[in-house]
Amino acid sequence: MTLRLDARVVERGFDVRLEVAEGETLAILGPNGAGKSTLLSIVAGLLRPDSGSAYLDGKSLFDLDRGQWLPPHQRGISLLAQEPLLFPHLSALENVAFGPRSTGRSRAEARASARHWLAAVEAAELSSSRPAQLSGGQAQRVAIARALAPEPRLLLLDEPLAALDVAVVPTLRRMLRGVLSGRTAILVTHEVLDALTLADRVVVLGDGVVVEQGMTAEVLQRPQHSFTARLAGLNLLTGVRTATGLRMPDGTSVDGPGTGVIGAPAAAAARPSAVMVHVEQPRVPNVFAVVVQDLEPRGDSIRVRSASMAADISPGRAAALGLSPGLPVWFTLPESEVSIYALGG
Amino acid sequence: MILNVTGMRRASFSGVPRWVIVFAIVGAAFVLVPLIAMASRVNWGGFVALVSSESSVAALLLSLRTSVAATMLCVVFGVPMALVLGRTSFPGQRLVRTVVLLPLVLPPVIGGIALLAAFGRQGLLGRPLEVLGVSIAFSTVAVVIAQTFVALPFLVLSLEGALRLAGTRYEAVAATLGARPTTVLRRITLPLVLPALLSGAVLSFARALGEFGATLTFAGSLQGVTRTLPLEIYLQREIDPDAAVALSLVLVIVSLVVVGLTLRTAPGSRP
Repeated sequence: MTLRLDARVVERGFDVRLEVAEGETLAILGPNGAGKSTLLSIVAGLLRPDSGSAYLDGKSLFDLDRGQWLPPHQRGISLLAQEPLLFPHLSALENVAFGPRSTGRSRAEARASARHWLAAVEAAELSSSRPAQLSGGQAQRVAIARALAPEPRLLLLDEPLAALDVAVVPTLRRMLRGVLSGRTAILVTHEVLDALTLADRVVVLGDGVVVEQGMTAEVLQRPQHSFTARLAGLNLLTGVRTATGLRMPDGTSVDGPGTGVIGAPAAAAARPSAVMVHVEQPRVPNVFAVVVQDLEPRGDSIRVRSASMAADISPGRAAALGLSPGLPVWFTLPESEVSIYALGG
Repeated sequence: MILNVTGMRRASFSGVPRWVIVFAIVGAAFVLVPLIAMASRVNWGGFVALVSSESSVAALLLSLRTSVAATMLCVVFGVPMALVLGRTSFPGQRLVRTVVLLPLVLPPVIGGIALLAAFGRQGLLGRPLEVLGVSIAFSTVAVVIAQTFVALPFLVLSLEGALRLAGTRYEAVAATLGARPTTVLRRITLPLVLPALLSGAVLSFARALGEFGATLTFAGSLQGVTRTLPLEIYLQREIDPDAAVALSLVLVIVSLVVVGLTLRTAPGSRP
């Protein structure tokens, strides 16, 4: 294991244990205030937890029981934030050369390394520009080069694409994909697409603790937590496994194929587009009595949200049903569209 | 409504009521009229002779020399003080800040008395220094100390505000890139707050140049040793009012240049 972290910050209710393997990119997902930034600050050395330890390649970053604390500049960990934060008084080349120069390389070596990394992010022509002259996408590319130039052992990325113009995000995402392959990194993101395209593994944080983790595809297909299901765009129904499916706490049963042991906690995941909406109670399995909370246009369909589930239907269908917030309706879910699996494992 | 009067800049909405402008004009006149009145009293025929007398030149040179030295001391000690006050937190910080900024509001003569109590022959530090053969009071060094004492808060205040405003995000990035704290200070923090540092230094220089009360009390008035330009002007006022007015004009011009420099380097008001 390359990075092993175990840290607590009492004041923020933060208590996280995680590991990142050599060459692996770990995505950290979680709602606002879940502790994602706290996690990065602790690893980078910008925030001292109350207790815990972290080891990178077997070397202690901090071990507070033994009174060890390595300051940020001795950790070999680069941080790429949402905003590029290029030093405004230095040119792009000097910004990128800053890391190598600070870690003891000669001026000429640092500049050569800066040119190499600027070229690697396709920003060689920007080297003499001042940060104020760069667009958001250009500045973030320079910031990526700057984070890589000191050849960090671990790269931390804090929502690196969140503040960018949507037009440049695909290019930057492709570039990050190249940068991250084979590199040990932690990527904090809000965007499930970032996790899918950039990360090998996912950790979901909620209220300062790890609520689930696993391979990206696994976590997104079989979410354990409502936040993860929302990110993955799935309805999540939880209950106890029965012979035909699962029974929810309110007694509603959900039938469908899946795995899990009868009597154990189980979850059913289903895409909103598989959910159908009726005004009259239909005579089929998997019927849910719900109240429409709100309606929201979503691409070429309308998302009908209830307290527990969402359904995507065509605008024509929504008009024909005369849907409006507050209306009691029936959601149905074909058995073939349900996937049932064990919860908490 | 858009006003566009020929020969004037396009007026954009300012939100300032007219009566405020009237008060502002009265205030500006209050500052300007005495200066104009003083300039009108200058004996232009004898101006050059008056300001180039031996005692005047000695006082001017002493003032410039001591003010430059005091400004350097302000930078050397004021920058660390601003960093500690603006970027760290410790118990009693508020109290320390209040005490450090005290010379700003204290009558300078009290500063002089306090300095005498510390560095005078019978003073707290003065007595041991005297034993070592070092005598500070009533020397040029005393002038520099008095000027530094009153000028230091100007630099600390101006720099601390800028440091707080700038935040530490660039510093955090620089640290994760492998830069030691000293490297971060030299290559990131100081360049980012340079405008505030310069304006703070210029203000300190101006304050040192104008220093009178603390200097007179602590350093005395010996020609060429401790008699700076403000002291010389005060003395000449009794003997030769024409010389006092002429020298005052010199000090006004030097101060105008200094204030002009400050406005140029102040953050957010670059030309």
